[in-house]
Amino acid sequence: MSILGPLLFAAMLVLPAWFASLDSSQEVRLAVLDPDGVFGNALVDTESIRFESMQGMDEAALRFGYRDMGYQAYLIPDGQEGVRVVSHSPVTMDVRNHVDHCLRGWLQQQFLASRQIEGLPEIIREMDGIRVKMTTVVVSDEGVERESSSEMTMLLSVVFSMMVYLFVMIYGAQVMRGVMEEKTSRIVEVIVSSVRPFELMMGKIVGIALVALTQVGIWIVLTALLVSSLGLVAGSGAISSSGVPAQVEMVTELQGSGAFEAQMAAVVAKVDWGSMGWSVAAFVYFFLGGYLLYAGLFAAVGSAIDAETDSQQFVLPIMIPLILSIYVAMSAYRDPMGDLAFWFSMIPFTSPVVMMARFPFQIPLWEIVLSMGVLAVSFVGMTWFAGRVYRTGILMYGKKVSYREMWRWFREAGR
Amino acid sequence: MDFLEIAQVTKQYGSYKALDSVSITVCENQIYGLLGPNGAGKTTLIRIINQITRPDMGEVRLQGKPMTRDDISLVGYLPEERGLYKKMKVGEQALYLAQLKGMSRRDALRELKFWFEKFEIQPWWDKKVEELSKGMQQKVQFVTTVLHRPRLLIFDEPFSGFDPINANLLKNEIQELKHQGATILFSTHHMASVEELCDDIALMNRSQVILSGGVDEIRRQYQSGRMRLTYSGDVDLASVLPLGCSLLSDAPSRQLRVAEIQSANGLDVNAMLRVLLPVMSIHGVHEVLPSMNEIFIRLVKQSGE
Repeated sequence: MSILGPLLFAAMLVLPAWFASLDSSQEVRLAVLDPDGVFGNALVDTESIRFESMQGMDEAALRFGYRDMGYQAYLIPDGQEGVRVVSHSPVTMDVRNHVDHCLRGWLQQQFLASRQIEGLPEIIREMDGIRVKMTTVVVSDEGVERESSSEMTMLLSVVFSMMVYLFVMIYGAQVMRGVMEEKTSRIVEVIVSSVRPFELMMGKIVGIALVALTQVGIWIVLTALLVSSLGLVAGSGAISSSGVPAQVEMVTELQGSGAFEAQMAAVVAKVDWGSMGWSVAAFVYFFLGGYLLYAGLFAAVGSAIDAETDSQQFVLPIMIPLILSIYVAMSAYRDPMGDLAFWFSMIPFTSPVVMMARFPFQIPLWEIVLSMGVLAVSFVGMTWFAGRVYRTGILMYGKKVSYREMWRWFREAGR
Repeated sequence: MDFLEIAQVTKQYGSYKALDSVSITVCENQIYGLLGPNGAGKTTLIRIINQITRPDMGEVRLQGKPMTRDDISLVGYLPEERGLYKKMKVGEQALYLAQLKGMSRRDALRELKFWFEKFEIQPWWDKKVEELSKGMQQKVQFVTTVLHRPRLLIFDEPFSGFDPINANLLKNEIQELKHQGATILFSTHHMASVEELCDDIALMNRSQVILSGGVDEIRRQYQSGRMRLTYSGDVDLASVLPLGCSLLSDAPSRQLRVAEIQSANGLDVNAMLRVLLPVMSIHGVHEVLPSMNEIFIRLVKQSGE
């Protein structure tokens, strides 16, 4: 997984581009039957769509033969401003949109021409050239201005919160499976005759945390390496601009591969490496805090059940706050200062994910510190709770466990 | 000398009393059998001795001092439900478990070499546990239990789940360990092994100790006047027996006959001989001690009533 993970990550970023480039190699040929020249020269070929005029043929013959001639569909004028696209199988959206685009432009031109306004084409050309120049600037309390990149902020927000969510889930479940394995293989009784049950549980949790950190580290480094090396390839044109990940909406608007690289370079240039360092530190804290909180729960559940199949009823309630937090995080990307985002970044069960979604937006320090504090207190409490359930659970076999039963273990463990 | 003392130990699980004021004393270098039907509280008691569970009341003392977790390295424990990490290699795992008991890596390696050679299991060192048969796994587990030369060995149902060959091996090893000075406590249903191995026993039923003491004394104490007689002569044995005594069995054996007699009214072997000698030629007679199995069943039934 440690090697495969980054590969998958990089693939997720790059594959769509590759697929897009594959598609364009497939050419679509369309026959055009326009004896009266209604379309003028409005229909322009693209890389993937080619129009061919069928002058002198009659429609019946074309309808009968267009497929044998290698056309996917044929076009004929339909009334004043219409066109009919005829085919046996429906044409793609790409074809539809392109035909629509060409003809609309043509019709608009004709419409304007019919009004006979002096110098209109020049006016329109000039109007098309108007662009808004926008710079987003972040001001610190000391009044220092710094150019920011809202794209980069958004990207960090999405990536960090997603990573916390994924890793807490993956490694939390791993704790549960580990505890369960020790219980079902009965090795646990030998081990707890040498070490305290709490030590065994903490050993498992801390051990997996270290594995997780190592793996996260490898992932981050390898993903960065892979993406940047692929980024270089992109410069040679193998990857077109359409190939950016769908979830990173901001980049999709860019057109032309040269512009994409330039824009990327601009975004990277605007990265504040200092705050990036803080983001990574916060990520490590919230990931570990969230992991420790949930690992305790997962360990308690793992100790209570005899078989993986029994885990469902206990795992679902654990997953619900995690899943909820990713939904809240999605709204926090857009409104990081909103009440929803604020409160859910304080509640310890959702704060790791939601806080990481808010963090890149430079929220007030006290909020971060408070959230960290609440999380720390919670995971200590959770570990204590889990330790007591665990102590009884691991030696309990063949019993159908309920929440009530677990609560009883917790209470009685104190005696 | 008292090695292990369990004094008035009580453990309650919810409304269920698993142990009710249980006291037993195990002398040093003894093999002590903990007997009792399922659910009598043996495993709970063993877990308390192993410091896995805490008693609600009472105390466990080792060599006169209250036992703490630090004493746990003096104990080797083979639980009833046995298991190892399945994906781990045999040698690695044995080393790990030995180090958990406080052995240094070097000592552990040396001892493991000795035991693996003794049991002829060296070729398994690099195999994963899941590749081993159940009997093989039990051998490995036994080795990991005794490796750190514990002074107190606790086996929970050691003979259950072992095949006859391994069970016999285990029996020999238990005696060998005693010979080397260890004190051994084991729980079992297997009564034949109790008579063969144990010096003292405690019989538990329904969370209480209902009988404890030396195996021989207990058998003598519960002996009920049964004797086995080897004789010859054409006599109707049943008709010459004293009043109240009964003939349990009478069968030819080579040229002689062997009979089992249940005496009554406190008639001992001497008295019985006085009656029988005049009418037959007697080749041998001895008291038959009740087996632990009989005593076990009788007592458990009694205390259940």
